[in-house]
Amino acid sequence: MEDISRTKESKQSEPTSFGIYILVWLGLISLTAVTAVVSGIDLAAFTIVVALVIALTKASLVVNIFMRVKFEDKIFKVFLGIVGFTLLVIFSLTFSDVFFRR
Amino acid sequence: MSELIQAGSVSGKISSPEGSRSGDHGIRKDAERAKIGMWLFLMTELLLFAGLFLVYSVYRYLHNVDFHRAGLETHTLLGTLNTMVLLTSSLTMALSIAALRTGKKRLSVSFLASTILLGFVFLVVKYFEWSSEILGGIYPGSPVLLNRSNGEILFFGLYYTMTGLHGLHVIAGLAVLCFMLVLILRDKITMDDYVKLENAGLYWHLVDIVWIFLFPLFYLIN
Repeated sequence: MEDISRTKESKQSEPTSFGIYILVWLGLISLTAVTAVVSGIDLAAFTIVVALVIALTKASLVVNIFMRVKFEDKIFKVFLGIVGFTLLVIFSLTFSDVFFRR
Repeated sequence: MSELIQAGSVSGKISSPEGSRSGDHGIRKDAERAKIGMWLFLMTELLLFAGLFLVYSVYRYLHNVDFHRAGLETHTLLGTLNTMVLLTSSLTMALSIAALRTGKKRLSVSFLASTILLGFVFLVVKYFEWSSEILGGIYPGSPVLLNRSNGEILFFGLYYTMTGLHGLHVIAGLAVLCFMLVLILRDKITMDDYVKLENAGLYWHLVDIVWIFLFPLFYLIN
């Protein structure tokens, strides 16, 4: 039991190496370049979908690695889950109104 | 008697590391609570911006063509540059915390100073961007803009509101980061107690995340 809690502690308290941060940054910069290039290609309705998928990927990299949520306690993931779910509900309810109003 | 003293000193020796361990545990617990508080605050910030994103997406759906036309006028190159600047500032922020945690105070200070500098670069680029648009006669309520379609007026209204609110967050973030820099220099934030710097970093990263979503919505409608 003590061993388990100790492993958990060390996972949380261990600083992430510079290399991982730089790797994530390179990923973020490449995704920005990709999204800027892709925006020039006409993918009709998919243009915004592709742009948002890339934005979500970038955001999840920042949240998980830079904000260290990946290494945090479960409670922080629960927070994010609840907020994400709330936003999903608000957006779906609003759009179900907008789509079917006319 | 001497045995008793010896026993006492032995127990003292044992209890002293125990005590310091519970002290560390206390700092860690406090740090965890501080972080939970910070995250709750960040969630309210997220909801604030989410409301604006919701308004944007509904109007974009209703005025698709106008949003497209208006979106062609924003400076994609400056937007891309600012995205790179903010992402890099997030990297230096994370590196500053990592450096402090390994006891490298000077390195941490220089990374934090770089973050602050990049934040200023972001604001300067933003200044030139807004200036060129305002000089072109496009600002909320301007005669040029009011002659355009409703969708374009809405697009630029949202553009100024959302990037403006984001800009205010950058300024607030910079103020907090400057404060943290002073605290590190005065040894109020150390490698054993760095939760303040961590929380300031969380705020800075949130500002970055908001921009990650603003960027494709205002600059990449080509």
